Amino acid sequence: MCHIYDSCFVRLASALYLVVLEASGLYVPAYGKPSLNPGGREASDVVLLNHWSIRNYDVQRGDIVSLVSSVSFWRSIPFATYTWCLNVVCLFLLRSPRNPEQKIIKRVIALEGDIIKTIGYKKKYVKVPHGHIWVEGDHHGHSFDSNAFGPVSLGLLHARATHILWPPQRWQKLQPMLPPERKPLHREQE
Amino acid sequence: MLRNALGKAFRFLGYTVQYGCIAHCAFEYLGGIVVCSGPSMEPTIQNSDIVFSESLSRHFYCIRKGDIVIVKSPNDPKSNICKRVIGLEGDKVCTSNPSDFLKSHSYVPKGHVWLEGDNLRNSTDSRCYGPVPYGLIRGRICLKLWPLNDFGFLRASPNGHRFLDD
Repeated sequence: MCHIYDSCFVRLASALYLVVLEASGLYVPAYGKPSLNPGGREASDVVLLNHWSIRNYDVQRGDIVSLVSSVSFWRSIPFATYTWCLNVVCLFLLRSPRNPEQKIIKRVIALEGDIIKTIGYKKKYVKVPHGHIWVEGDHHGHSFDSNAFGPVSLGLLHARATHILWPPQRWQKLQPMLPPERKPLHREQE
Repeated sequence: MLRNALGKAFRFLGYTVQYGCIAHCAFEYLGGIVVCSGPSMEPTIQNSDIVFSESLSRHFYCIRKGDIVIVKSPNDPKSNICKRVIGLEGDKVCTSNPSDFLKSHSYVPKGHVWLEGDNLRNSTDSRCYGPVPYGLIRGRICLKLWPLNDFGFLRASPNGHRFLDD
């Protein structure tokens, strides 16, 4: 019984946990290039995700956030069956449940009420609806982001990425940085 | 004396944190009790009914057509809505109201579900805000707990004509 208590405690005593950014796994497989990686590296970074800071859905333009992917869950049913078996194994042996839902990591470009110009979306100008945000990867050509699937509901927000932990030469605190060419044309909230 | 009291306090805190973590895990991964408000699911669920929702179905992708689910509102992530699943991804759904003269249909996109309340005349649902991402589903309602004269499993949809077969 005690090891179940420990796993809950370890998991929840800190509201942060680590995720490995598998570049080719998370983004469009045909390209395989990390879309949020200005250095153009192919290998994965390990980032620290903070769940606690987004408990009230307070995000700023320029924040890097992880989202629950809203595209295709049923297609991954065989994968989901395999991973839920792995989940059960992990929970009892390795004490860390793994989540079969895909997470994607992108930068917040616009908040609700902003009007922005899109890149390759079906509408040239979009007003972000209430309760939604617009996210983009830093590499626009290779990124599966709001320019593909539209504004994202805030309820799908998973965590905010606060630091890069690995590799050591890329240790840094991630600052909210909005590229100047992606600023909204009109802001409803300052 | 002080050491004894401090020791007891820390032990109490330890137990509280552990049981709090277990409760959190239970509500997150197993299920919880929900109080429903609003007329949109009448007659199946009335205002102020108490129901039990389970979260296992959503984690294992076992949500089926006809299930009643609790979903984070797409327009307000801090509130929850309770509706019935009319279509899963790939299903054909009727996007027009029953009172409309011209019927329109569309297919539910991948990774989304189409939700409607049982009280079609008084429900804002997918007919209003479109298909809802699967990731917003929080749980499936399986049992009604209160009022006691209506205790038990929930009835099937009174709007069978809204479920279109392929």
